[in-house]
Amino acid sequence: MERRTFLKIGAGTAGAMLVPVFGNAIAAEELLTAMPVAAKKALADIALNAATKAGASYCDVRIGRYLNQYIITRDLNVENVTNTESAGVGVRVVCNGAYGFAATNDMTPDGIAGAARQAVAIAKANAKLQSEPVRLAPVKGVGEVSWATPIVKDWRAVPIKDKAELLIAANKAGMDAGASFMQSMLFQVNQQKYFASTDGSYIDQDLQRMWAPFSATAVDKASGKFRSRNGLSTPVGMGYEYLDARKEDKIKAAGGVATLYTKSYDIVEDARAAGRDAKRKLTAKSVTPGKYDLMLSPEHLYLTIHESVGHPTELDRVLGYEANYAGTSFATLDKWESKSFKYGSPLVNIVADKTTPGSLGNVGYDDEGVKTKRWDIIKDGILVSYQATRDQAHIIGKEESDGCSYADSWSNVQFQRMPNVSLQAGQKKLTPDEMVKDIKKGIYIVGEGSFSIDQQRYNFQFGGQLFYEIKNGKIGQMLEDVAYQSNTQDFWNACTAICDERDWRMGGSFFDGKGQPPQISIVSHGSSTARFNGINVINTARKIG
Amino acid sequence: MTILTQEQTKHITDRVLSFSKADECIVTVSGSRNGNIRFARNQVSTAGLADDTNISVTVAFGKRQGTATINEFDDKSLEKVVRRAEDLARLAPENPEFMPAVSKQEYKASQTFNAKTAAIDPEFRAQTAAYAIEACKKNKLVAAGFFTDGNQISSVANSNGVYGHQQQTSLDFTCTVRTEDGRGSGWVKRSASDANKFDAREAADVAIEKALRSVDAKALEPGRYTVILEPAATSELLGYMLFGFDARQTDEGRSFLSKKGGASRLGDKLFDQQVNIWADPWNPDVPVLPWDTENLIARKRMDLIKDGKVNALNYSQYWAKKKGVPATATPGNIIMAGTDKSTAELIANTKKGVLVTRTWYIRMVDPQSVLLTGLTRDGTFYIENGKIKYPIKNFRFNESPVTMLNNIEEIGKPVVIGGDEVPFQMLIPPMKVRDFNFTSLSDAV
Repeated sequence: MERRTFLKIGAGTAGAMLVPVFGNAIAAEELLTAMPVAAKKALADIALNAATKAGASYCDVRIGRYLNQYIITRDLNVENVTNTESAGVGVRVVCNGAYGFAATNDMTPDGIAGAARQAVAIAKANAKLQSEPVRLAPVKGVGEVSWATPIVKDWRAVPIKDKAELLIAANKAGMDAGASFMQSMLFQVNQQKYFASTDGSYIDQDLQRMWAPFSATAVDKASGKFRSRNGLSTPVGMGYEYLDARKEDKIKAAGGVATLYTKSYDIVEDARAAGRDAKRKLTAKSVTPGKYDLMLSPEHLYLTIHESVGHPTELDRVLGYEANYAGTSFATLDKWESKSFKYGSPLVNIVADKTTPGSLGNVGYDDEGVKTKRWDIIKDGILVSYQATRDQAHIIGKEESDGCSYADSWSNVQFQRMPNVSLQAGQKKLTPDEMVKDIKKGIYIVGEGSFSIDQQRYNFQFGGQLFYEIKNGKIGQMLEDVAYQSNTQDFWNACTAICDERDWRMGGSFFDGKGQPPQISIVSHGSSTARFNGINVINTARKIG
Repeated sequence: MTILTQEQTKHITDRVLSFSKADECIVTVSGSRNGNIRFARNQVSTAGLADDTNISVTVAFGKRQGTATINEFDDKSLEKVVRRAEDLARLAPENPEFMPAVSKQEYKASQTFNAKTAAIDPEFRAQTAAYAIEACKKNKLVAAGFFTDGNQISSVANSNGVYGHQQQTSLDFTCTVRTEDGRGSGWVKRSASDANKFDAREAADVAIEKALRSVDAKALEPGRYTVILEPAATSELLGYMLFGFDARQTDEGRSFLSKKGGASRLGDKLFDQQVNIWADPWNPDVPVLPWDTENLIARKRMDLIKDGKVNALNYSQYWAKKKGVPATATPGNIIMAGTDKSTAELIANTKKGVLVTRTWYIRMVDPQSVLLTGLTRDGTFYIENGKIKYPIKNFRFNESPVTMLNNIEEIGKPVVIGGDEVPFQMLIPPMKVRDFNFTSLSDAV
């Protein structure tokens, strides 16, 4: 679920934006400084010792420094450049069978020891209300290790001027091509995360991520109509090299209707295409509602995977811990226990992982010190597993955690968060152009649009960015006012073809929301273009006033 | 942490302004103490208290602006944060749309502070959770919920002599009650700035009653129905619509309030005659700060919709200057006029209809018509001859709040409801609306 996002393109109006600033604003040169690992270890040991001395049977410490840089532009103007920093320590303990958590930005020995003792005190208080003691799956201490996002170019070292000029160039390209208005942004993230626990792990991680979204809006004042087309990039777990466009990373969508991107992104080229597309949308044919075979590009399908597979297979939702906010799940334990619940057609294989290079979820270890891995969620259409943390593993008979416990800052407690959840490529050789040939009456959808799903993840509705008619095996005219509605199990069982690994790529989100108080998380979802037969399409055009 | 007094924050803001060498300087001091308790599966899952105080300094040299923040208050730190903001401003590109800091404003205080709310302690929070948990255990039901309370100070000042200081309190409680077999679910939400107006037992009982009533829902065909929408069913829909009341977006032709030929619907009758919606920082039920936190413009009562007509739009400083009109403060609350009728009276006056407790996962489908999609959740019932007959399965809707506000048959008594994804405190009534468009069924309970 993506809730309370800080970017709302097309929220209240086409192009409305809400951008919060997390942490303290700092100067650019301060981004490149870092606390020495030895100092972090010394601080962590203070917390571990204070917690065990106070009675904790287990303790983990997370020392975090979270850096962000936002660049916001509108048309040919740079509206805002902000560097932010947030640093502090979070201490989680188990004492008397209950959790306790406390956090502080006072990074003195006294401050950290105080937080550890406070966490133990909270655990002792919570123990009185605890009906079942916390049971942690074992983790073998790894000693002192480090992990870093593999990057070629550190965004922190790229001058702001260069980045701003790139965004303005994209805006200009979009406006020259037909957009009346352009908005583009650059979100850049560096997380310096140090984890230590009484299991004997001292893990230092340096994570980098970035995202360059934009929105092109075309207005026809004569008719009063306006339409938008958003960028087709994806947020990535990479360095600034993602914006150094390479020819080999460009692929043509089916029928050549769009250029799509894999490991690097040409924002200026995409903005130019978006300007053209937004203008064409003003006069595109309004869809005739009915049943269609849908051909969904990875840039679109990632969000459907996220909502209809990622969330319902989160074990905390299944168990009822999210009942008051995000909801529960239709994928109940009895369905998993039956070993025969047909989540999808036999073509559907869905894998969870935190290891794919370039993905948002790619880290070495989770926030419980568990080494990340890859595992099956749906195998040949059958539900075979969930996403579990250390305290949940035993519920589904697992000996170890899946490594998916994360917090969005040092000041929040870690809990179960979605790993990358991806649809595996088809086994038979198949390209998107070949897929089209077999479709009599269909719609090709590229890019993500509006999204909504019920609280148990049955009924959903999705829009998109670009819609093309498919008629008798050929891509036809552009369509508008398209949204499809379906039910999760019906939809995945209607999957009749998946393109091969040559077409496999990832989409993703910076803003997966969950928990109370809400925390955001990052996640990628990969797939190849996939076909779903007989899906209900509605027409979303309305007249008011 | 102690919540800073007006005297303390005035000292801080004065010191910051004295350190600045920029053309202009704006300083904000924000402090908060937020407590919470979360429960699920009939037990407390987390409980916490978060303290934070922050000073934000924005300076400008010409059209170059920089912002820096810090959470230390000694003179050395205050000077450091000012220099840091100045360094950033020197590095920033010029913004052609830069607007200078506002001139001196008159901030008429609003009653945003309540001592009882400020005094909420862990015991109060635990008791709130306990009421729900114990009552659910007694009824063989399962409770999940979240209670949060806040005590905040906000101080603002700028180099043109602007100064304001105010303390705010708030509380928010949501509770979902489900049957053990998962066949029924009920929900309640209560928001208040005054803890005297919050009754945890009453709230939990509402969710319990809805959960028990909602078991074994029947499926109705999707279609257009007369609906009674409780305030939590319309709050987000109204919030999404009000995002569009922006003069610049409207004049640029990209709001639902834009018209053919480049004109706007300002002054047009776009809604039913009964619709009156306004913002008022001094409303005693939903008081908010008397200034817009973004640009420090003093808030006033702002009638957005009057007798069904679009009466006002939000003008940013830049757009106001361009159009030669006064800039407006962004509203902090939304109030909709109602009557004295209870939801029960609306039900009693209904021959056939659907009662909707809340709506969920609302997203914009088409900003041109403000077409929104979302679902009903946690208590949807069929009404016949003035009575709730039986629970029904949840629906997905595709509907525009503009259409909804044109199809009003009856309005009830406004109640306070905090925003979920929209940033407003709201005082809005239950409404009876004809021809509400349900487009598909959901099996979710």
